[in-house]
Amino acid sequence: MLDGFLRMYVQYGVTPLVFVVVLLAISVLAGVLGSLVGLGGGVVVVPVLTLLFHIDIRLAIGASIVSVIATSSGAAATYVRERMTNLRAGMFLEIATTTGAVSGAYLTTVFPARALFILFGVVLSYSAFAIFHKRHATAVLTSSDDRIANYFDLHGSYYDEAEKQEIAYKVTGTKVGLAMMYVAGMVSALLGIGSGALKVPAMDLAMHLPMKVSTATSNFMIGVTAAASAGFYFARGQIDPIIAAPVAVGVLGGAMFGSRVLGKITNTSVRIIFVVVLVVVAIEMLQRGVL
Amino acid sequence: MADTTRAGAAGADGTSGARAAGALGSAGTVGTSGAGQPRRKREVNEEKVRQSEIAISLVLRIGVSVAVALVMAGLGLTFARHPGYAHLSGSSYHPLTMLSSKFPHTIGQLGHALAIGDGRGLIGLGLVVLIATPVLRVAVAVLTFAYEKDPPMTIVTLFVLAVLLSSFFIGGA
Repeated sequence: MLDGFLRMYVQYGVTPLVFVVVLLAISVLAGVLGSLVGLGGGVVVVPVLTLLFHIDIRLAIGASIVSVIATSSGAAATYVRERMTNLRAGMFLEIATTTGAVSGAYLTTVFPARALFILFGVVLSYSAFAIFHKRHATAVLTSSDDRIANYFDLHGSYYDEAEKQEIAYKVTGTKVGLAMMYVAGMVSALLGIGSGALKVPAMDLAMHLPMKVSTATSNFMIGVTAAASAGFYFARGQIDPIIAAPVAVGVLGGAMFGSRVLGKITNTSVRIIFVVVLVVVAIEMLQRGVL
Repeated sequence: MADTTRAGAAGADGTSGARAAGALGSAGTVGTSGAGQPRRKREVNEEKVRQSEIAISLVLRIGVSVAVALVMAGLGLTFARHPGYAHLSGSSYHPLTMLSSKFPHTIGQLGHALAIGDGRGLIGLGLVVLIATPVLRVAVAVLTFAYEKDPPMTIVTLFVLAVLLSSFFIGGA
């Protein structure tokens, strides 16, 4: 009853101005959260658009793609300058995410979306569990016998403001990382969301990058992955300017703020925030697959 | 309110401190990593690497700023041309946000919308700039890796750029 009334009110009582202002405010929050965990804001934007504003999922996904690019570019400007992003590893792994995104765009019609949502939900649940399990781990690799990582010199170092020291780390597991990134790119093109949700575990769990570097580097990469499929979405008419405008502006503002916060919080806190967000995304995915 | 301002000020201090410390710290790590795997002479490149990071950061910042300016101008224009949209009651956002809503989504339509002064054309142009920003970032990375004299990474980024550009042609956007 109340739900029905609210629905009527939202659909017929909310004017374009109110819609734009409310969506802008929510997008700021999405930008802050997205820039911290390296996921890109779609996590917040899609359910708000579909559940609160009853907007078609295809348009919501178009807006999500825009929010991913906005979070990525808005926050990466800061992360790159502060050396939180591992530029070399990020660009190297983009080989896999972009090719994954292009093949994913072809496969959209082949795969049943429902099964994908369920599979993805299960994978994310597992990642959430694995990251939660190692939430207190702080040790970084000091040597690596990964030949690809050594050849391309993907190792790095960053200044940790929370620990007040420069932390040098080595990278390993590039083959597993590349494979996971390929899947992440495919998923991004197929479902329009969730590429960061696979990228962060790939770097944190498989490649042993520090958690903050993982989210900052994921954040750096998601923009390129999303751009690889954004052309398709734009041409198909899934990017509605009235929805995308407040999302883009709000998310950018939020991401610029969020990127100033990441350095100051500990790796453990970042892991816990990430796990919470991941669990929410996993539930979202499973629900969409089952219902 | 006062708290946020203070946090902001502290943030500004913190970042500049981090940058200085980062520069020192990375100078310190060069020696140790250089001893382990002397694949690439980072010492020589340190200054160039820093310049590259700043260039990439700058490209992102400019792209994002131009996109936001266009999108906000377009939003303003849309409301100016449709005063009814800006009321607090009496109209609904819903007709504007349905799959059947008419809005420009090809280059031709975008050009037409811009020509007739439709605010949504301007928003669309801003979104195109936003989408192009990561692509431009990859293009700049190709140049900076070439500048750092790092052929393997130059080839890697060139490949990424090629895949990205082909995705736009395949998409027909």
